[in-house]
Amino acid sequence: MASKGIKDRVAIVGMGCTQFGEHWDKGPDDLLVEAAYDAYASAGVDRNDVDAYWLGTLGSGFSGLTLSVPLKIDYRPVTHVENFCATGSEALRQACYAVASGAYDVAMAIGVEKLKDSGYSGLVISDPPNDGTLGNMTAPASFSLLAPAYFKKYGLDPEKGKDVLSRIAWKNHRNGAKNPKAQFRKEVPIEAIKNSPKIADPLGIMDCSGVSDGAAAAIVVRAEDAHKYRKDPIYIKALSFVAGPGDGHSNPDYDFTTFREVVASAEDAYRQAGITNAREQISMAEVHDCFTPTELVLYEDLGFSPRGTAWKDVMDGFFDLDGKLPVNPDGGLKSFGHPIGASGLRMMYEMWLQLRGEAGPRQLRDPKLGLTHNLGGVPGKCVSFVSVVGREIG
Amino acid sequence: MIGIVSYGSYVPYRRLKRSAISQVLGVAAGKGERAVASFDEDSLSMAVEATRDALRAAPGAAVQALYFATTTPPYAEKLNAAILGAAARLPVEIRAADLTGSTRAGLTALLQAADTVGGGARHALAVAADCRLGAPEGKAEQQNGDAAVAFVLGSENVIAEVEATVSLTREFLDTWRNPDERFAHTWEERFALTQAYGPLLGKAVQQILAKAKVAPKDLAKVVLDSPNARAVDEVARAMKLDPSQLADPLALTVGQAGAAHPGLMLAAALSAAKPGERILVVSGADGADAVLLRVTDAATRYSQPRSVGRMIESKGDVSYGSYLKWREILPTEPPRRPDPIRPAGPPMLRTANWKYGLVGSRCTACGTPQLPPQRVCARCRALDKMEPYAFADRVGRVATMALDRLAFSLNPPTVNVVVDFEGGGRFICEMTDCQPDRVAIGDEVEMTFRKLFSADGVRNYFWKARPKR
Repeated sequence: MASKGIKDRVAIVGMGCTQFGEHWDKGPDDLLVEAAYDAYASAGVDRNDVDAYWLGTLGSGFSGLTLSVPLKIDYRPVTHVENFCATGSEALRQACYAVASGAYDVAMAIGVEKLKDSGYSGLVISDPPNDGTLGNMTAPASFSLLAPAYFKKYGLDPEKGKDVLSRIAWKNHRNGAKNPKAQFRKEVPIEAIKNSPKIADPLGIMDCSGVSDGAAAAIVVRAEDAHKYRKDPIYIKALSFVAGPGDGHSNPDYDFTTFREVVASAEDAYRQAGITNAREQISMAEVHDCFTPTELVLYEDLGFSPRGTAWKDVMDGFFDLDGKLPVNPDGGLKSFGHPIGASGLRMMYEMWLQLRGEAGPRQLRDPKLGLTHNLGGVPGKCVSFVSVVGREIG
Repeated sequence: MIGIVSYGSYVPYRRLKRSAISQVLGVAAGKGERAVASFDEDSLSMAVEATRDALRAAPGAAVQALYFATTTPPYAEKLNAAILGAAARLPVEIRAADLTGSTRAGLTALLQAADTVGGGARHALAVAADCRLGAPEGKAEQQNGDAAVAFVLGSENVIAEVEATVSLTREFLDTWRNPDERFAHTWEERFALTQAYGPLLGKAVQQILAKAKVAPKDLAKVVLDSPNARAVDEVARAMKLDPSQLADPLALTVGQAGAAHPGLMLAAALSAAKPGERILVVSGADGADAVLLRVTDAATRYSQPRSVGRMIESKGDVSYGSYLKWREILPTEPPRRPDPIRPAGPPMLRTANWKYGLVGSRCTACGTPQLPPQRVCARCRALDKMEPYAFADRVGRVATMALDRLAFSLNPPTVNVVVDFEGGGRFICEMTDCQPDRVAIGDEVEMTFRKLFSADGVRNYFWKARPKR
């Protein structure tokens, strides 16, 4: 693997995150201003201290002007990045590398998405002009391909499989209920999840992440400068990003029970961070639970559960808030909501709070290493991001 | 010897029971059922099915002309036959024409193809397809049907020789429809019976039998096709035909399939015909065309991969409500999803073999078939070592699937399947003509040419999977 990693060379010294949800009264400009000023304040920096910006958004604007105009940034670099649903993580990765290189001292990664203005159900991405052969599958349908394949491979009857998926959604809502910034802030009975209207069988509406508006931002500096800003920064242990060849859609040896891209980015990240046993060493994780079967498969791809056993860990509460490896303690995409460009940074925001003991009623006991996983695309054809962060150097 | 070298037929999977119409509208129910093109089919997509079937039975045919007959052409301006040719992977070097304006166009296409072979072409294709509409509560809605048929004509390995033809054209007002209308008008039946079809069909029969010096009793089968059913009865009576000589009108199983109808009856008759037998086909509409065919010895060596009978037996019901939605007679609430964007001209031209012919590629370095066609091999990563590789006639199996209740469709839920082809290659596409809740991993599927959607008036044709018929 070609990546060298920048373990402990970059720190996050401030973060901001808006409430996620239906912001009928706010446009993308408002969300960006809120998240950016929240992050400035968190880091204790003046806006003029930030040397460069990376803006992630999938569909809420084009170019760096989407950020520089509402923020009135005075002639500084703003780079617009897009990498499907991993857009926010990609913005963070670029900002981290920029300060690590020494080109800038202080950089901001910021992500935004305004989904509720479209008037459509679910996520809408318009394709470039094409020959009409690209297909018409919606995101829930694309991810639902995982469910029958996983159930069949590991001998779960459809009813048992549905129980497993429902419990994942139940857990994420239960966590989100403790999160004042989440889109959905109440627990949902498991029966209500199981019986929700079908969207892409076996997925019901309650197996899908929230369609929402929101923004989140991080301020990064070189690790050696971190204590100039605060005594409790968090440190980047690993940043891995891979784009796949789309193999799963062309090679019959792909069986829709894994994301090869995730496996590759997890291996890379663990090597960068020096992790040998993720199940034991990772204290908590925010993973890309766009749909419940995604989270199920991610447990195995990230090495949290051996192959074919994640469903048992789910039923045993292994990933619950009080479990051995809490996953999506902030409610995840399911409950916190999924404003595309902001989601990767929202995941990091939870690491920021948890590692520094600021997560309130959902605070985990003494987490040391956290992982964020962010995915863009669909099973068989996607990009994957994995980060590892910690509260101490070394 | 000029004649039919091979034939193919297509009857769409769906059937509408005539009693189902009466249950909703309270009109008198006819007997039996009619064939209904699915929501993603039209005359052109059905024509592709029949044409592929005919070409499979005539491997190596050097087709130099293509005539596509229909009264329901998808495009009023733009050569529908060109799309048909692309989907059937015919070469660019062909003469192609759409024949339309009358249900007689189907038999006219066959005569035209025979003449083209007479003029020196190696092979000519005559294809007829129709997606016949009738206004709710009317007779046509019940009596009409949807189907397609295709004939390869040539001068070698002929299974049915053209012995004689007759064409009559006469102006009278019986059936008419303007370009902006969906349902045809018809004049009263007695006028057409006594003044038009009766005399015209009679005259065509008389002339062709005289030309070939053949008596009615020498005919093994007679295909009589006319929008006026009573005219058919009268001509049969006048010819003193035994009921066994009359070809099945397919009224109870398919319905009157417009331009495709006489050809479909002929295809059914051919599958049971023996060498030396004569088949007379007469099609009346705005005149009459007739062809007398003699089945040859080569017919004993001919095998038809997909008979009309098999097409008729392979079926599933459609409710009258779905039928009305599919034909967009009943408007429905659009989904809260953006309209699909129209397919673009330049990419469609660049990928025409892929889009219309489902031609992928196969890596000559490692032998892996792949689709859509690639430049860098999906397996061994070799660059530009690809050769064309056709997937349309390969069967596959469902690796996994998804039911999409959110996607735009006239027939939700959309069923998506991951298809692994026999011999290699994987593709994700829609599955059609299926029962969504019955699709299972491991199901065998075959590929079918369909209309995915229309946007800005551009009809987006591409391929789907369907359960093997």
